[in-house]
Amino acid sequence: MTLPTSLQSNPRFDQWLKFLSDETLRMATGKVEIGQGIVSALPQIAAEELDLPLDRVIVLSGDTVSGPDERYTASSLSIMDSGAAIRLVCAEARALLLDRAALRLNCAVAQLSVAAGRFLVDGTAADLSYWDVAGEIDWSQSVKGDGIAKSHTEYSIVGQSVPRRDLPAKLSGGAFIYDLVHDNMLHARVLRQPGRGASLAGLDEAAIQRAAPGAIEILRLDNFVAFIGLDEWAVETAAAIAPSHATWIGAPAIEPAQQDAAWLRGEPAIDNSYGAPEDAGASGELVEAVFSRPYVAHASLAPSCALAQYVDEHLTIWSHGQGMHLLRRNIAQVLDLPVEAVTAHHAMGAGCYGHNGADDAALDAAIIAVQKPGATIRLQWRRQEEFGFEPFGPAMLVRLAVRRDRAGRPSDWTAEVWSPTHVQRPGTGSGYMLAADALASPPPDLQPEDPGEERGGGGTRNAAPYYDIPNSRIQHHLVTNPPVRTSALRTLGAITNVFAMEAMIDDLAAMADEDPLAYRLSMLSDPRARAVLEVVAERSGWSRRDAGGQGRDLGRGSGKGLGLAFARYKNTAAYAAVVVALSVEREVHLENIWIVADGGLVINPDGVRNQLEGGAIQGASWALKEQVTMSGVGVTSLDWDSYPILKFSEVPEIDAVVLDQPDQPSLGVGECSVSPTAAAIGNALAHALDQRIYDMPLNRDRIMAALSA
Amino acid sequence: MAETYQFTVNGEARSIEADGAMPLIYALRNELGLTGTRYGCGLEQCGSCMVLIDGVPGYACTQGMDAVAGREIQTIESLSAEGGTEAAPHPLQQAFLDEQAGQCGYCLSGILISAKALLDKNPDPSRADIVAALEGHLCRCGAHTRIIKAIGRAAAVLRGEGAV
Repeated sequence: MTLPTSLQSNPRFDQWLKFLSDETLRMATGKVEIGQGIVSALPQIAAEELDLPLDRVIVLSGDTVSGPDERYTASSLSIMDSGAAIRLVCAEARALLLDRAALRLNCAVAQLSVAAGRFLVDGTAADLSYWDVAGEIDWSQSVKGDGIAKSHTEYSIVGQSVPRRDLPAKLSGGAFIYDLVHDNMLHARVLRQPGRGASLAGLDEAAIQRAAPGAIEILRLDNFVAFIGLDEWAVETAAAIAPSHATWIGAPAIEPAQQDAAWLRGEPAIDNSYGAPEDAGASGELVEAVFSRPYVAHASLAPSCALAQYVDEHLTIWSHGQGMHLLRRNIAQVLDLPVEAVTAHHAMGAGCYGHNGADDAALDAAIIAVQKPGATIRLQWRRQEEFGFEPFGPAMLVRLAVRRDRAGRPSDWTAEVWSPTHVQRPGTGSGYMLAADALASPPPDLQPEDPGEERGGGGTRNAAPYYDIPNSRIQHHLVTNPPVRTSALRTLGAITNVFAMEAMIDDLAAMADEDPLAYRLSMLSDPRARAVLEVVAERSGWSRRDAGGQGRDLGRGSGKGLGLAFARYKNTAAYAAVVVALSVEREVHLENIWIVADGGLVINPDGVRNQLEGGAIQGASWALKEQVTMSGVGVTSLDWDSYPILKFSEVPEIDAVVLDQPDQPSLGVGECSVSPTAAAIGNALAHALDQRIYDMPLNRDRIMAALSA
Repeated sequence: MAETYQFTVNGEARSIEADGAMPLIYALRNELGLTGTRYGCGLEQCGSCMVLIDGVPGYACTQGMDAVAGREIQTIESLSAEGGTEAAPHPLQQAFLDEQAGQCGYCLSGILISAKALLDKNPDPSRADIVAALEGHLCRCGAHTRIIKAIGRAAAVLRGEGAV
């Protein structure tokens, strides 16, 4: 049998499991907690397979000393990858433990059962536990993958809404990387190089020292500058004033036009085509439209942070990044240290939603730590730094060209996508950490690439229709010269592609004079796709669409709309259908969002609903409000006033339902509601205005422009 | 220039030697070890650092030591002092656990502070009251609807109505 990817690269039992002397099991995972609840769901799988109470399973997450290397925590793969590996490892470990117990108890394995980690012979408790026999097993052996996992019909822990493990500490004080306190800890901030290739021509260190209300040290290494001291306020003050005392030459300038997706068309690009060949003889009416979204920010609530210490020529890093093993290798490479001389531990940060400043902050801290042996460096980015220098979700332009057949169905579908890369993670071959640019030997120019189609693509993610359309193709222009660094942000290109596709489907339905739901169902043969649509239609009162369905009536007057959208994330992960009820009065007021998802076997139903709800709100925020702005010196949306996100007063009622399919494999759910929500908002707005707006964000300016057009 | 500032934090008299312009958050986190007050923006825009200053929600990221001298500060840790620990949470904390109101959790301590101020003043808030009390707070994960429900639940419990 083929082992899950995570087991192929981490085949030893002891990379996953350790029976500890206090009668607990330490379950290790390479995936890390980023707010999605993974350190709560994965131990449910381990406890289930091993018949352990959940509180006897403790989690080691993102640790380069003892835990597996599962690359990045990304792409809604943690349950599919790490969960599948843990299930197999635990099933096989259970068999090994039963074999040992049978020898010790002089009985047949078939006579044995397990309750709370203790063995029973023919149903009678024996005085023997996992921990009694675990020491007799060689856990350095490789997992064969022949363990017999439980049937879902036997589950008592998987499928239960178990409370999150991390929440109590987060509600009562310290739980995060920001809260770690070390002896001999020095605070640090960085003066950021304004752009790749910029050289520091002058720095008035005396003026900065005078402004700092406490002792600071200024560290300069080529074009990397850091402010270090015992007093965080002094360090922060120095960093805040430093840009006005620094002179840079050679910083790249940005034209305001470059902030818009429209700029991408015609720029240098790597071109690829996928799908059916172009059909020059295709017949039927041609329908075309161009959609876009701008650059958007991860906009984590906390600026990035990292701790690092260099003691006895060993560098130890604490980071809230998404892949500790990769971070370890990347930092070793930049600092020219042997990889064995670097250890990385994950510590929880604020939600990141993708590749934000976390890895960059870790390198910043590591550079300083190596210069200050013995101290622990606590490096934190400034708010303006996070907004100005995180890798952004790229702008995208999507042109759809569709031919309608006589029945009004699409017979030929072309999606042409312009986008900078969606993944420039360090260590993937196309990305590196920010401060590497400021050191004496900056890395070579980037060779942008996107995730392959087999991994769901980047700019092309969800560009291929899931509907039954005879011919479809994607033309991808991977734009190679964006004005800012871009990288992975929740859903990658899916939000724009689904926004475009579902708008086109609605418009085609209107041309065919058909209801958008019926129109979709007429060309969806996958019964699971149909089911999420049918259930969401029922819950939202779709059949009474023009009366607002089941939407709450807030009496906001005219311009009410109900919109529908569907997507299966990556066309391979979870299914989600969303209906949005909204009203429009110069700007959009969201009233209700109904979400129905199918994620196969669900480990933690409430955890999934939490992700569906959060994804919908984030998708709504992107669709309605968010845009990174730029000019001259760089990014100009450097705070929450210039980069507004959805507020409490703007959040609708949300109804999230999971269709559990326990006999189907688990499908990643963490991103599945984002894109259909954005698309359903677009469709609801078009319904309310009787006019389509093609470009996100669907903000007041665009609505006013559409209404006056 | 460093001076000595005296104020009350979670009921205890405290004395801090600091630059008068130093925002309160640095005293709380670094001098007093109260890490529940979180740095988000330093601009009074996100609410992560919200504390009670003489019972009124205020931003610890901008209030200088010279402005808080002599005043009474309550942080998220004061909920624990009111009987709320991880083992025996305050009704507000318990309501957030019951609703599983949070994802990354970074916004929660500031939100709990504003929720406490609301419930201290208004034991029976409407949804609109709760939303208005949270208007100075950002949540990036999208836990809003759970947070609103949790505060309503806590209010009911504190009124003696039990869980809703």
